[in-house]
Amino acid sequence: MARKTAYKAAWLGGLLLVPQMALVLTFFYWPAGAALFWAFTLERPWGGGNDFAGFDNFLSVFNDSAYWEAVIRSFVFAFSATALAMLGALVLALFCDRQLRFFRVVRTGLIWPYAVAAPAAAVAFRFVFAPEAGIFATIVKQHPDWWNPAQNGLHAMLMIIVAYSWKYLAYNFIFFIAGLQAIPRSLIEAAAMDGAGPLLRMRTLQIPLLAPTFFFLLVINLTDSFVDSFGIIDITTGGGPSKATTLMVYKIYFDGFRGLDYSGAAAQSIVLMLLIMVLTFVQFRYIERKVHYT
Amino acid sequence: MKMRMMATAAALLLAGSISAQAADKTKIEFWHGLSGDLGDAVGEVCSRFNASQDKYEVSCVSQGSYDAALQNTIAAYRAKKAPTVVQVFDAGTLDMMLSDAFVPAHQLMEKNGYKIDWSKYISSISDYYANSKGELYSFPFNSSSALLYWNKDMFAKIGVTEAPKTWEEVGEDAKKMKAAGIDCAAAINDDTWALMEQFDAIHGISTATLDNGYGGLSTEMKINQTKFVDYMIFLKTNLDAGLFKLKVPQNGATIVQAFAAGDCAMMMDSVADHGVVGRTQKAGMNWGTAMLPVFAGTKRLNSLVGGASLWTLKGHTEAEYAAAAAFLNFIGQPTSEEFWSTRTGYIPVTKTGFKYLTDKGFYKDPKYAGREVAIASLTASEVNPHFSRGNRLGGFVQIRKEIRDAMNTIYASDAPAKAADPAAATRTLVQAELDKAVERSNAILRRYEKTYAGRDLP
Repeated sequence: MARKTAYKAAWLGGLLLVPQMALVLTFFYWPAGAALFWAFTLERPWGGGNDFAGFDNFLSVFNDSAYWEAVIRSFVFAFSATALAMLGALVLALFCDRQLRFFRVVRTGLIWPYAVAAPAAAVAFRFVFAPEAGIFATIVKQHPDWWNPAQNGLHAMLMIIVAYSWKYLAYNFIFFIAGLQAIPRSLIEAAAMDGAGPLLRMRTLQIPLLAPTFFFLLVINLTDSFVDSFGIIDITTGGGPSKATTLMVYKIYFDGFRGLDYSGAAAQSIVLMLLIMVLTFVQFRYIERKVHYT
Repeated sequence: MKMRMMATAAALLLAGSISAQAADKTKIEFWHGLSGDLGDAVGEVCSRFNASQDKYEVSCVSQGSYDAALQNTIAAYRAKKAPTVVQVFDAGTLDMMLSDAFVPAHQLMEKNGYKIDWSKYISSISDYYANSKGELYSFPFNSSSALLYWNKDMFAKIGVTEAPKTWEEVGEDAKKMKAAGIDCAAAINDDTWALMEQFDAIHGISTATLDNGYGGLSTEMKINQTKFVDYMIFLKTNLDAGLFKLKVPQNGATIVQAFAAGDCAMMMDSVADHGVVGRTQKAGMNWGTAMLPVFAGTKRLNSLVGGASLWTLKGHTEAEYAAAAAFLNFIGQPTSEEFWSTRTGYIPVTKTGFKYLTDKGFYKDPKYAGREVAIASLTASEVNPHFSRGNRLGGFVQIRKEIRDAMNTIYASDAPAKAADPAAATRTLVQAELDKAVERSNAILRRYEKTYAGRDLP
């Protein structure tokens, strides 16, 4: 049984791990530990106090109807944004892979949005969608009330889903196009010679072979859409109108940083962290089984 | 030769003593939350102070926003790297008072040998930042109050030459304007400070029990049981009738932009925007300011201050405190107030400063005329200990948000338009939303009370 390459001295491996571990400890375990501590105490913003509070913070979070509304909204957002970003990217990647005219320019253009910072993208979308001053204003002039994210919660939600997906579509596109390029050309050519048209080839050959990429992106997209929506929301809607776009992560920000309720926000972060762990576990347990790695 | 050597030596000595003096300067940091043009104005205040003497040097650092200034200061304080002086906005006042992290303003000045006549501060301003004994904990800095801005040209179209004094008049004028083809009589938004806090103070009604929280942390919100309900109904009814227009940034324009462009005939807004309106107004537009209207039959009380104050934080050396005291003393001088009020739309916070400006004819200058209304509004009555001192509400930022959410839900609801009896439906809607906001705000207050268990208000 041939073993893989391994370091002879254990300390060398350990040493090489240090930089990574230092980063993870500083930027993940330490803050997460502090959040855990705060979640079980009543932390005063300027320090002092913090008596042990047991599960009080969690109870008051769970007893808050606005919190459950934020949870539901987060799920709606996560699944809609993931579906839109992944399906959109898949369709674009499939067509780009067919190497139609100008596909190189299109391919580069489609990758760019991911390089745009979320707040910058949000400013652009706010302008596009603003009912009185934006591009949509021309349509709204003809049909008032047809579009008003400043007052209509559903419109505001649609707006942040579209803005968020736009960015992640680019990210997914990179992976899909790479996945498609990894499929041997000979397979596709053989199918073509057997008389399979482009659509049939996509359906029976390319998409099934993309399953591992698809699974990877699903995990990443779902996880990110629970935690990465802040930049878009803060600039476009600020969680409003009323609370229509206050997702879990935005509520944590508002309660903790703006409202200075450190313990309440910490409890919410712990819940969010657990939720993401469960989601990821479920995906690996039940969806990964159906994925065939080549 | 000898002479030249001596001259060189003298020059060197002199240079040495100057650089030694520069190094002797006590340097302190002042963090503030203003940005853009207002941030530049704060920078100029600091330069003026630095140029006015040679013992101290204040470096002013903008943190971008009020929220960021407070958050970053807390983080820095917990890491023992806090600035000496920090600007904290009105809603953060209670958090500061309970923080144990500051040196009270009156103590700081006393210790450093400044005799300040505290009664020179306009009392509705100082009461916001003072403890129960009336001792100032922080220095009022950029201060404002809310006013009614009115477009004289648009009012002339309906034959009115004076600003409305009551909400009833506002309603009548709005109807006439609609008939005269004016699309937007008033631009409204969801600013609780201008719409709710000022309304309650002026009308002499409680925002919360226990004298708006001044009496203790067990206070409860009352806005669903007062005339404020009628006010929200008034706003919603006019909004639904198409007389008022909602102007929020998400919509594409703020109330200030809508008013300055001559789109709307009125708005309720801070005097701090007086300069902005002047600079950005449609050319040739005639406009003015007036005190916020009241409901007919109201005995008007003073309005509330808004803006921010300057706090000195614990954990610094005696020399640094001496510098902070000198800086804060400098800011309270009439000439400093003149600079600040000229450069920005904020008002002087002392009676002496106001008198100095008035005597100089500041308010006769068309550029600044109208800002004196803010002082008139702040001093419209003696400060009433139950209603018009201010608000001491825990989690005030969150509470403001809850009320803003209620306002937005009310503004957006189409229930009255669909109902057979719109008036009754409007009342039901407003009452239900304010009830909800009060319930949620009270939960925030109880949580705050628990966090600061065992603490009394100073």
